[in-house]
Amino acid sequence: MTFEIFMQQLANGISIGSLYALIAIGYTMVYGILRLINFAHGDIFMMAAYFMVFSMVNFGLPWYVSMILVVIATILLGVLIEKAAYKPLRSAPRMSIMISAIGVSFLLENLATYLFTGVPKGFPDIPILTKAISFGNVSLSVVTVVTPVITIVLLYVVLFITNKTKIGMAMRAAAKDFETARLMGININRVISTTFVIGSGLAAIGAVLWGSKYPSVYPLVGVMPGLKCFIAAVLGGIGNTTGAVIGGFILGMAEIMLVSFLPSLTGYRDAIAFIILIIVLLVKPTGLLGEKVTDKV
Amino acid sequence: MKNNENHNYKIYLVAFAIFAFLITLLDLKYIGDDYVRRVLNLAAIYTIVSVSMNLVNGFTGLFSLGQAGFMAIGAYTVAILTVPIDKRAAIFYVIPQNTFLAGIELPFVVALLLGGLLAALVAILIGIPVLRLKSDYLAIATLGFSEIIRIVFTNAKTITNGALGIKSIPKMPTMWVFFGIMILSVTFIILLINSSYGRAFKAIREDDIAAEAMGINLFKHKVMSFAIGAFFAGIGGGLLATLLGTVDPKQFYFVATYNFLLIIVLGGMGSISGTVIASFIVTIGLEVLRFFDDPLTLFGYNIPIFRAGFRMVIFSALLMVLVLFFRNGIMGQKELSWGFIKNIFSKKNLHKKAKKGGTA
Repeated sequence: MTFEIFMQQLANGISIGSLYALIAIGYTMVYGILRLINFAHGDIFMMAAYFMVFSMVNFGLPWYVSMILVVIATILLGVLIEKAAYKPLRSAPRMSIMISAIGVSFLLENLATYLFTGVPKGFPDIPILTKAISFGNVSLSVVTVVTPVITIVLLYVVLFITNKTKIGMAMRAAAKDFETARLMGININRVISTTFVIGSGLAAIGAVLWGSKYPSVYPLVGVMPGLKCFIAAVLGGIGNTTGAVIGGFILGMAEIMLVSFLPSLTGYRDAIAFIILIIVLLVKPTGLLGEKVTDKV
Repeated sequence: MKNNENHNYKIYLVAFAIFAFLITLLDLKYIGDDYVRRVLNLAAIYTIVSVSMNLVNGFTGLFSLGQAGFMAIGAYTVAILTVPIDKRAAIFYVIPQNTFLAGIELPFVVALLLGGLLAALVAILIGIPVLRLKSDYLAIATLGFSEIIRIVFTNAKTITNGALGIKSIPKMPTMWVFFGIMILSVTFIILLINSSYGRAFKAIREDDIAAEAMGINLFKHKVMSFAIGAFFAGIGGGLLATLLGTVDPKQFYFVATYNFLLIIVLGGMGSISGTVIASFIVTIGLEVLRFFDDPLTLFGYNIPIFRAGFRMVIFSALLMVLVLFFRNGIMGQKELSWGFIKNIFSKKNLHKKAKKGGTA
């Protein structure tokens, strides 16, 4: 393997990793507060990609306008899902809430198949993102270079919100102890809505970047990224935002490096994430940056 | 009470006789057509898998989402071992089959049992590390394993023929293969959950710490429930292979598990009879509602919402409605019995009487 190819693969790994990281933040925040795997998160991501397709292809809006519309629409969808499917089950057993999450995911997938048909749609070309630039002999698209930068910037925004603002403090309190936070007068519903706003917004941005890299949108497009990003969140220590980003990077790198160093194992690419998940759960269930939690009896 | 149970016994015998009579009529092709037979066979398979999933999820309280993977193991075992040897070359035309497997052809029953046992063995191997995990972690880990199994089957081309799948699996001549195995497995699971093991499972579901304090070996019982669940999922998968005559990895995408989840939620987590009823409702419903997928024209006006995919939207919406408003499903944790039916009616009567009393 030449140096150029290695650099190219490295850049790809970092880029995919940062996409995983963006979506993983949404998982980790929801899990931190609600202790719920939001199975529908990957499908929110899928819907965001469809919104982009419609806004740019069907309504012919320029990409920057579409981008804003897509983020808003996705946030609305995320909050709507929370209000309709999770809020009524606040005091229900854990299994019901998980089934509800699976149900939403199933519903969104089927709804997308019904509304947009199962035939893949082409993701609109955003010239500013898909242009190729070259560093020496290494040629990369702008989106590959820009994605990690966007991810790091957004990570800092999220960290700022959670650490420096009032709602962020409420979020941390709710993540620590839901019931006590409620007793202390924190408006828990507002906290949860904010979490879904942030998570869905990041998923929307992730979807646009993803679409520029893999320009094909179909109803099940969110399933694999969704599961992998959850795994990234677990790997980094669920509930920890920085951990989610690190987990995303590790997962992206692991996948790309497997494919480039052992091409015969390319078919097993999707299995890597699950193998990592199982190893993490067995060796260090709290993840890399997670705190140790003791079960209350 | 004892008398009542005896009474139940007779009712069950009568019900079973009617059921056997109907199936025999169907089987001998006096009534129904191939389509009806096929749907009913599918419902029988779904019953086996759903009841096994309910054993793990509803009775032992382990949220496992690995059913599709275990079905795949059973289905592939049957597919690989029962296809006649002279047809193998035509199936494995891209990459020839592993020479060891290419020479083996087993009778269906042996292959089916082997498939179930293999699924149970894999479940034990998976269960030993994974069953230490709690609720949602367990869900995602089992889902992950089910995906890994599917990915391995897609890539192990010399054994499974990869994404092309295996065709010309011999089909079964009689419905009794499916219904007989369904009755055997449901009976086995009913006997199991009424045994001391079953009581231990339920204790673990209610409170695992209390169960452990009572001297129940948590780990042993969890692995046992998981492995038995996997065994029957494997059997269900094997039956599916022989019903459809073909297997390929796409059939066992983890989304397939969601159908079984819908069934056990609809039937009631922790009710065997509920699960059996729901399996038939869902399987038959999925077929009957196919008209939702076809364009519908009423009085010359084309109703636009009826097109491909509408059926699945309705089904997933149904799952949401169930979880949000009818969390107990049809049966809750109760079982169907004569007394249960009588109770429903007497409750209604009481209600009516109370109403009358109120107005008078």
